[in-house]
Formats: sequence, structure tokens, C-alpha cells
Amino acid sequence: MFRFVVRRLLQVIPVLFVIVTATFFMVRFVPGGPFTAEKTIPPEILKNLEAHYGLDQPLWRQYLTYLGSIARGDLGPSFKYPNRTVNEIIGDKLPVSLELGALALVIALALGLTLGVLAAVRRNTWLDYLASSAGLLGMCVPTFVLGPLLVLFFGIHLGWVNASGWDSPADRVLPALTLGFVYAAYIMRLTRGGMLEVLNQDFIRTARAKGASESRIVFRHALRGGLLPVIAFLGPGIAGILTGSFVIETIFQIPGLGREFVNSAFNRDYTLVLGTVILYATLIVGCNLVVDVVQVWLNPRLKFE
Amino acid sequence: MNSSASSSAVAETGSSPWRDARHRLQRNRLAVAGAVTLLLLAAACVLGPLLSSFGYAEQDLNNTFAPPGSTHWLGTDQLGRDLLVRVLYGGRISLGVGLCATFVALTIGVVYGAVAGYLGGRADAVMMRLVDIIYALPFTIFVILLMVFLGRNIILLFVAIGAVEWLTMARIVRSQIMSLKKMEFIEAARTLGFSHSRIIFRHLLPNALGPIIVYTTLTIPAVMLLEAFLSFLGLGVQPPMSSWGTLIKDGAEKMEEYWWLLVFPGALFSLTLFSLNFLGDGLRDALDVRSAKD
Repeated sequence: MFRFVVRRLLQVIPVLFVIVTATFFMVRFVPGGPFTAEKTIPPEILKNLEAHYGLDQPLWRQYLTYLGSIARGDLGPSFKYPNRTVNEIIGDKLPVSLELGALALVIALALGLTLGVLAAVRRNTWLDYLASSAGLLGMCVPTFVLGPLLVLFFGIHLGWVNASGWDSPADRVLPALTLGFVYAAYIMRLTRGGMLEVLNQDFIRTARAKGASESRIVFRHALRGGLLPVIAFLGPGIAGILTGSFVIETIFQIPGLGREFVNSAFNRDYTLVLGTVILYATLIVGCNLVVDVVQVWLNPRLKFE
Repeated sequence: MNSSASSSAVAETGSSPWRDARHRLQRNRLAVAGAVTLLLLAAACVLGPLLSSFGYAEQDLNNTFAPPGSTHWLGTDQLGRDLLVRVLYGGRISLGVGLCATFVALTIGVVYGAVAGYLGGRADAVMMRLVDIIYALPFTIFVILLMVFLGRNIILLFVAIGAVEWLTMARIVRSQIMSLKKMEFIEAARTLGFSHSRIIFRHLLPNALGPIIVYTTLTIPAVMLLEAFLSFLGLGVQPPMSSWGTLIKDGAEKMEEYWWLLVFPGALFSLTLFSLNFLGDGLRDALDVRSAKD
């Protein structure tokens, strides 16, 4: 187990290195820079600006300088927000996105697992059909349709919550629900499928024959195996919630990192783009790593694949 | 065509596995409904704008934000353009992007997976390790960067989306090929001295067609979602063209007073995704593709 974790950790380093390098050169090799605005800047000032940010250096030197500074945990100054560093901006905005993502994940897991287990245990009853239809609905109504519709109904029509913003606790409800609902649908379908497969196996029949209660069978015997597909999904799921928040933050006008990332790409704020990509990549790769380890821990056979 | 393991009992009745699958599919009412809906939608998107008396970019500034009524069935937008025509026209783009990008993903995934599965051993290990690594990357972020930096052109959109969505297909095809290549008819083909590419494309892939069809059907909605996601962020299809994603984006901005601008494009988009998923699930049952995911 220990060796497995170390091996996977060592794989993370080249992956992150490739991401940093690819993003760095992708950002630099495209036409237009952070200072190409509608209003042309006088060449002298442009020169000064470029010298200030080190953009007049050869590209390879800029690259090495950048690698050196991120190794120290410094993501550099922002190009579009004078006097602010990327670290400050991320420190400002990331907590908002993380809160949104965490709430959505909790909703997705709570809804998805409960409905999935219920649907599997009460297979082919109205409960199963209801849960399965809700699951399909969640997968087919994308967040950017569901979100505005929820705002229209609960925010504008009923006036229960604000249509946008991120001030009071009530402002968290709609965004988190919108983002969580899709993943609740996936988790529900995976839980239902996984539980049905396990519930049909011989050891469950044995447990029944030995007189174990139905709840004991479900929670003690079946759940562990039935949840394996859900855990495998959590890696891509968390990545999806992180990137999904780009849209949610736009719909609900939430001051989070997702919206900042999309804006920074439009603004060609090189360092901010690079910084956020590196951060997101690290988060996602890290989550995948944890998911992998948990999977192997629950199902040691996977180690040999 | 060689039969798969599940259909060996059918020989007595003289029915081919494909005909069998078609019968099973036809009995699945949801799948049939999905297929019919899709055909109707596609026909409407292709023919509708031709039949309508309103042009897709035709403005009528005396008649902006008209609610749904007898002249404009789904109402008009801020420039007085007929929403029905725009939604159908947007459907052409959305469905077109869905099909083209899926085709890109299908081609890359099938070839890659087939080669990896056929070669096996170290080459396979390296190739699939690469897939694992790419799978773990925040690919949506890269697609966003690509679209921002390289201009929002529609060909790039196909390639970018296709480049993200081929991974699952590669895994599925590989696992199919891995199990198929141990079978005797492949040994026979090898003995006959056929080339590797002939064995892969003429003997192995036709037998893996079931899962490929199923996952192609399920890739289309995923691709369409990604396109709409990008368009919603303003990174996909650019005006004056419109896709369902851009229409939903415009609608969401004006929904407070003009609900129809959001509701109709959103409903049509969801309906399409529903139909594709029903059809995909039905095909999976009909072709008896079990957990071929990994």
C-alpha cells in the first residue's frame, strides 16, 4: 500500500510539470498580449511595462524564471490588476469557489446516495421509477438551463431568495443546488447500478439465509461493494464540479475563482491564467490521487491492474 | 459477420444477431420514442428554416420581444427576430457540432484503442498509461484556453471537443479487442498471413461494433453539453451564428421579462439530450453491452 501511494505520488510530479510547461507556452505563442487594448499604448510606455514584467527577456529565460518562482510558491504579479499578485487574487477568490464546490458535493452525495440505495432496495416500485426519472432529468437538464430556471422561479417569481450575489447564507442555496443536482443524478445512477449488482451476489443470499436483517444487509454487507463505482466517479466528479462552477459563478454573479479564470483568459492576463490553471490542475490531480488510493484501499485487487 | 457469445442460441431460428438486436430495440418504447423524436427534431432543424417565412437574421424592430403568438409561434428576441427559426437554426449548429465532434472522438478513440489492444504488452501499457494521465487532466480548462487564445473558430471547436472525448472510447475498444483477439477466428486470420491492419479493421473491429455504437450514441450528448457549456461562457459558436448554447445564454440574460427566450431553447436542448440518452440506453440493452466501461 505504502509503495503504491509513493509510486502514484511520483507520477504526479511529471504530470504537473507537463501542465505548467504546456500552459506557459500555449499562453505565450498566441497573438495578442495583456497590453493589446483598443487604445494603443505609446511604444515607450509599452517598453517600460514589458521590462517591468520581464516580458522583454528571451522566452526560455522567462520560462526558467517562472519555474523558479512557482517552486517558491510565488505565482507572480497580475498583468491586469496593477499592484496585485496572483497569490492575493487566488487567496481572495478561491475560498468562495471552494465553499460552493464543497456545498455542491455534499448535496450531490447526500441526494445521490440516498436515492440510489432506496431505488436499488425498492427496485421496480414507484420509488425506483421516481428516483430514476429524477436521475435522468438531472443528467439531461444542464446547469446553465436549470440555474436560470431556478432563479426565474424561486428568485423572481416567488421572491424567496436573491437572484444573484454571495452575501447571506440564503444566497448559497440556489447555486449549490444547481451545481450539485447534476452530480447527484450521476451518483444516484451509479449507486443504484452498483447496489443492484452486489445485492444479486451469493454472499448476500448467504447473509439473508443466516437471518440478517434487511438494513444490516444493505448497510453492512452491500454498501461497501456497491459504492465502488461511486468512488471511482468522484475523481472526474470533483473535476467536473470545479469546472462547472465557471458557469454557476457566471449565472449567479458569484465572486469566485471560476469567473475570474474565464475573465483572465479573455484579458490575456498571462500570470493569472497560468496561476489558476496550475492551481486547478493540482487540485484535480490531487483529488484523483486520493480517489485512487481510497479505491485500492477498499478493493485491493485493483493494485495489480 | 461473426456472432458474439450471447447470440449462439439464436442460430436455430435463423435470425442474425443484428436482426435480434433490432427486435429488442423496437420493443423498447422509450428508445423508439427517443429515436423518433430525434428524427423529427433533425428534420425540423434542417427543413424548418427553409419553410418559414421569416429569415434567421431578419430583424423587425417594430416587433421586438413579442411574446409567443400566432405570427411568431415562439415569440421574438430583442431585434424582433423570430425565435422559432432561430431555435431550429441553432439546432442545426448544435446537432452538427455534436455529430462532427463525436466523429473526431470516435476516429481517434477507435484507432487508438484498437491498436493498443491488438499490440498488447509494453506498447499497450504505455498507451493506456497515457490515456490515464490525460484522463486526470483538467481538460475543460485547456479547451477554454484553446478557444480563447486561438480564436473561436468552429473547426477548432470540433477538434478541441473531439480531443477531450475520445478517451472513454479508446478504453472500451481496447478492452473489447483484448478479449476478441484471443479467439480462434483471429488465430485463423493470422495463420492465413493477413496483415495486422487487415486483422484489426476487417476482423476485430466489426465484432466490437456493438459497444462502439452504444458509446457513440452516448458521446453525442456529452459533446453537445460541452459545446453548449463553451457557448454559454461566450467561447463557442460566435454571432451571427447561433447554437442552442448561445441562445440559452442570451435567454438567461433577459429571462426576467422575456421568459420564452430561455425556456424554448432550453427545453429543446434538454429534449434532445433525453432522446439521445434513451436511445443510447435502449441500444445498450438491445446489443447486450454489459459493463464494458473499463
